[in-house]
Amino acid sequence: MKKLTVNGVAHEVEADDDMPLLWVLRDLLGLTGTKYGCGEALCGACTVHLDGRAVRACVTPLRRAAGHEVTTIEGLSTTGDHPLQRAWVELGVPQCGFCQAGQLMTAAALLAEIPKPTDDDIDHSLAGNLCRCGTYLRIRAAVRKAAGS
Amino acid sequence: MTALALAPLAALALAACSGPPTPAPTARPLTVAPAADALRAPAAFDAIADRAQRSQALFVEASRVLTHPRCVNCHPADDTPRQGDDHALHDPPVVRGPFGRGIPGLGCATCHQDRNAELARIPGAPGWHLAPPSMAWLGRSPAQICVQLKDPAQNGGRTLAQVADHVANDAIVAWGWQPGADRAPAPGSQAQLAELVRAWIDTGAACPTEEAKR
Repeated sequence: MKKLTVNGVAHEVEADDDMPLLWVLRDLLGLTGTKYGCGEALCGACTVHLDGRAVRACVTPLRRAAGHEVTTIEGLSTTGDHPLQRAWVELGVPQCGFCQAGQLMTAAALLAEIPKPTDDDIDHSLAGNLCRCGTYLRIRAAVRKAAGS
Repeated sequence: MTALALAPLAALALAACSGPPTPAPTARPLTVAPAADALRAPAAFDAIADRAQRSQALFVEASRVLTHPRCVNCHPADDTPRQGDDHALHDPPVVRGPFGRGIPGLGCATCHQDRNAELARIPGAPGWHLAPPSMAWLGRSPAQICVQLKDPAQNGGRTLAQVADHVANDAIVAWGWQPGADRAPAPGSQAQLAELVRAWIDTGAACPTEEAKR
């Protein structure tokens, strides 16, 4: 059994050490807010936080997450009112929405370390999160709005 | 000499022409060039009597690893790691960050694990990160890399003994021979590289001339 904490809740899971964290979250714990996009860490749709740092859950093995704190989009805010989530709603950022959980989690990791990011900070940090709808300009605007800049 | 007397010689010449060709004698090289994936051992350079020249030759052999794509791709002078044998820009686009480990939201460890992720073809080793710009090897000659390695201001404050230890034991260095997926490993092995570097240091750590190529 592997122990890990997800969104503040302690879990024990029976799974192989190399099972991707994404499968643990979605298939074993039923947290389907984190999306499967490419499975190769190329799109960012599966981004979650591991001890506060952004990781791609699709390539992060359970053995790396065991004993650590995982935060998913469900845990970003229990009431859905994280500054980024409010900005996302106010600016109507999502189009199809599939990538947005990953976009939000990466942006949250950025703001946690750089509360007032420059446009370059935002662009570089989110460069690995793809959006097939092309909402990049709204994403950047919403990150700036959440940062109060 | 009569025709009769010449007959045995003619027969001999005819037999020689009809047999397998005899290779022309050639000068034997000092050392035999190794296969592309092999490294010569330090003993292969014992025939070089001059200590400094032997040291230079040892470094040139070691530089076959130091200039290999598996090594130089994470030793760029700019802020972007490379990938592949053609040193393509890293995809997705990432930047070095202040400590060579990426930036908030997109660090090296966002994707790279402590070992290769075979299904996703993502290389991995403990502490995956970029070498600092002072240790840029991409596009540099063996002579330039040698000067870097010996300079504590450029090599991370290491003594030559620490350089040897780094080469022999560092986990990311070791990855060069277990790169996973379809990546070509660096020549030889980490142990063979360590032997070459130790022999280079023991012979005075002389740097090759700029004209020396691997």
